[in-house]
Amino acid sequence: MTNELIAITVLWGFIFIYAVMATMDFGAGFWSMVYMNREKTKATNIANRYLSPTWEVTNVFIVAIVVALFSFFPGATFLLGTVLLIPGSIILLLLAIRSAFLVFAHIAKEYKKALTYISGISGLIIPALLISVLPITHGGFIETVDGVARLRMDKLFTSPHEYAFIGFAISSTLFLSSLLLADYSNVANELEAYQIYRRDALVLGPISLLMALFIMLTMQNEATWLYEQMMNYLPWIIGSIAMFFVAGIALFLPSAKQTTVKGRPRLAVVAIVVQYFLASYAYGKAHLPYMIYPDVTIQSGFTHPNTFRALFTSYIVGFVILFPGFVYFWRLFMKDKRYLQQNDPS
Amino acid sequence: MDDLVIARSLFGTTMAFHIIFATLGVGIPLMVLFAELLYQKTKDRDYAVMANRWTKGLAVLLGVAIPSGTIAGVQLSLLWPGFMEVIGRVMSLPFQIEIYAFFVEALFMSIYVYAADRISAWMRILSVTLVAIGASASAILITNVHAFEGTPAGFRIENGEIVDVDPWAAFFNPSFFVVAGHVVVSAFMTGAFVIASIAAYKMLREKNNQRVYQFHRKALMLGLTVGGIFSILTALNGHESAQLLHEYQPEKLAAAEGLFETQSHAPLAIGGYTDRETQSVKWAIEIPWALSFLAGNSFDTVVRGLNDFPEEWWPPLFVHTLFNAMVGIGSLLILLSGMGFIWNKIMKRNTFPRPLMWSFIAAGPLSILAIEFGWIFACTGRQPWVIYRMMKTADAVTQTGNLAILFILFTIVYVILGISVVLVLRYYFNRHPVMNELDSHSNDNSSNFAQ
Ligand code: HDD
Ligand code: HEM
Ligand code: HEM
Repeated sequence: MTNELIAITVLWGFIFIYAVMATMDFGAGFWSMVYMNREKTKATNIANRYLSPTWEVTNVFIVAIVVALFSFFPGATFLLGTVLLIPGSIILLLLAIRSAFLVFAHIAKEYKKALTYISGISGLIIPALLISVLPITHGGFIETVDGVARLRMDKLFTSPHEYAFIGFAISSTLFLSSLLLADYSNVANELEAYQIYRRDALVLGPISLLMALFIMLTMQNEATWLYEQMMNYLPWIIGSIAMFFVAGIALFLPSAKQTTVKGRPRLAVVAIVVQYFLASYAYGKAHLPYMIYPDVTIQSGFTHPNTFRALFTSYIVGFVILFPGFVYFWRLFMKDKRYLQQNDPS
Repeated sequence: MDDLVIARSLFGTTMAFHIIFATLGVGIPLMVLFAELLYQKTKDRDYAVMANRWTKGLAVLLGVAIPSGTIAGVQLSLLWPGFMEVIGRVMSLPFQIEIYAFFVEALFMSIYVYAADRISAWMRILSVTLVAIGASASAILITNVHAFEGTPAGFRIENGEIVDVDPWAAFFNPSFFVVAGHVVVSAFMTGAFVIASIAAYKMLREKNNQRVYQFHRKALMLGLTVGGIFSILTALNGHESAQLLHEYQPEKLAAAEGLFETQSHAPLAIGGYTDRETQSVKWAIEIPWALSFLAGNSFDTVVRGLNDFPEEWWPPLFVHTLFNAMVGIGSLLILLSGMGFIWNKIMKRNTFPRPLMWSFIAAGPLSILAIEFGWIFACTGRQPWVIYRMMKTADAVTQTGNLAILFILFTIVYVILGISVVLVLRYYFNRHPVMNELDSHSNDNSSNFAQ
């Protein structure tokens, strides 16, 4: 692999991890809002119990993406930074409000309702805006006047392609998070919450698949270059759709430990993560060598080779140091029954 | 206002907001660690209660520190794309390593807060130690980028191209250790004095409740001790920072001291304001020869004045006032903790007189002010350069325009967050008075204190 390819793979890896963690994070915030008034079901408790320890870790990934972007591809950062000033700032503002009020909602129990609404709703808008970066990189929305690049917001927000992405972001945020929370409640033995989240996942899954197809449809017209390249990765896309059906079937299999409910949520979660992995691999690979079509390729924006080498070393050292910490964290919050089954999450 | 000025104001406002929470995010974990260690040593439950309550406060503060820091990090690329292109090629290591520090802090903060009742006392201490290390490391690393802006190293610009890149030489640029050290010790000092302020205030309010009074008294003594030690370190290290300026950014030191003529036996001007017309510092107290001595440890050190440099390279002259305010507050707080020490340890008095208590209350806010002054001095005093003698701020700024509306929006959000964080803290601590915890713990000897 060339240095450029290694770098873009690392960046892609961060984006993938963040996409999965953030959809769960934002979705969990939304569900904890939706089920806030149902005292008995614990659906909100489950969402909060997942959310409390993880949002901080999830947030670090967004910083990691930005840092990886400007350290590996300073050339692309210049253009992206210039055109994303407005949408990027709006995302930042919403993110700030959401994170802060999420924390406040845990501490100030009496204002919980208002605070949860703020963080729940903004948590749904953020993924919709975040994903807009993708259609922007497909080309056609950036114009250069007197040497200054500008984002054509009017064009972006009248494009069906953009709306396909927004629809996909929202539906898959809700889908992925309900599925994960179903699994989480299953582990915690909260059957009622499990059934609620399983039902939500069953409704939302097909919707997000439809949205993904809608993206392909609009891409055919608006980003033909990308569509044609993606067709070279058809087996990956078919594999991805197959995993979707595996997940669907898993939700109807007899449960491994309960007799009153159906489904193997853990299997479904794994299948869906594999589904997203396959699909985004095909998407990412087809996107190469362009970072921003047609102006910036991974070669043209690449950092200095010496800096790349130093960064790469730091990645390896950092990973070795952090890995045990992640494992310990996982065991304390995702596996430990004493945490999962307590009554109040704070 | 042109876009450059708005961009600078916007970024400065973001940083001024972030730094309040970031500094406390560095300083308070150290205090929690001390409280945990004292608890293990003395088995006095009060210290466990302190650790628990400070952690609750810290969790709320981090709820603002993290999003505002995220804003800062992304805004750098959005507002200063030209600068970040250079940073990406040359100085991205500290940012990258900082990510690991963030992970360490985020992982172990969650463990310390949400798993405290399931892990052993020593695992808890290890967790909070790692939180403190992670926070200090992130401060050191981000400050390193700031140090690099003042004393760039590890690259050259030739015909607009960046050549001869050595990322480690950039990382270990000449002012890294001193400047990063200054930021960390001043953050420790600030965390301690903020704790002391709150404790002193509560002692005045709760005079009649001996149990609560004694609790806050212990917190005050801990805060004053730690704050006193680190304020001395801050001043010693600040002195070194100033000598560094003398060597590497002489026009910044000249602006800080309001010195126009290059001279040996240069006087130190304290207070007053710098007047461009008469090229003097008006209303200042002058100490003859002192500046030469401070800059180079001898009276015949030649200190360069502003007239040695083209006027368009001069930093804004009001930085003199900011610098004085920072140094003044630092000296005052050393004095204050010294008085507390003498009163308590040497004169063996058990209570402090009221004026002294009120000064203790002022100590926390004053340290935060010193942090703000110090940073605005450091960043504004670097103007017109974003990378000293390499890149002008005007050449780094975004070309996009429309900045005014963003400036307004961000400011509104900072105001909302600032007000809500105060309300939430007040709400929480009013609902959970320390009395309840002291009670419940006197008949509960298990180690599950953080529930
Ligand atoms: C509690 C806060 C605090 C206190 C009491 C002091 N400082 Fe400070 N100072 C800072 C907090 C700070 C800071 C906010 O952390 C700065 C801003 C940028 C930096 O690197 O540290 C800073 C910067 C800073 C600089 C500029 C470094 C640069 O531009 O690269 C100098 C020369 C000093 N300080 C010197 C001093 C001296 C001689 C002090 C004597 C008591 C002092 N400071 C007290
Ligand atoms: C956290 C405390 C900080 C505060 C309060 C602060 C304050 C400011 C202010 C007021 C400005 C505007 C300067 C002017 O135009 O007069 C500024 C600019 C700037 N600061 Fe800082 N700063 C802080 C930390 C940092 C750090 C750690 C870095 C390094 C990454 C940094 C990098 C910059 C850059 C790149 C600019 C814009 C370019 C320039 O005006 O030189 N700042 N900051
Ligand atoms: C010297 C001044 C600064 C200090 C002492 C400082 C310290 C801190 C601390 C303690 C946190 C909370 C960390 C956590 O809990 O994860 C934080 C968050 C953050 N800071 Fe700062 N910071 C400073 C300046 C800056 C600057 C200039 C930037 C951007 C260029 C920045 C970027 C960030 C980011 C991105 C976060 C969020 C990290 C996360 O997602 O957890 N900081 N900072």
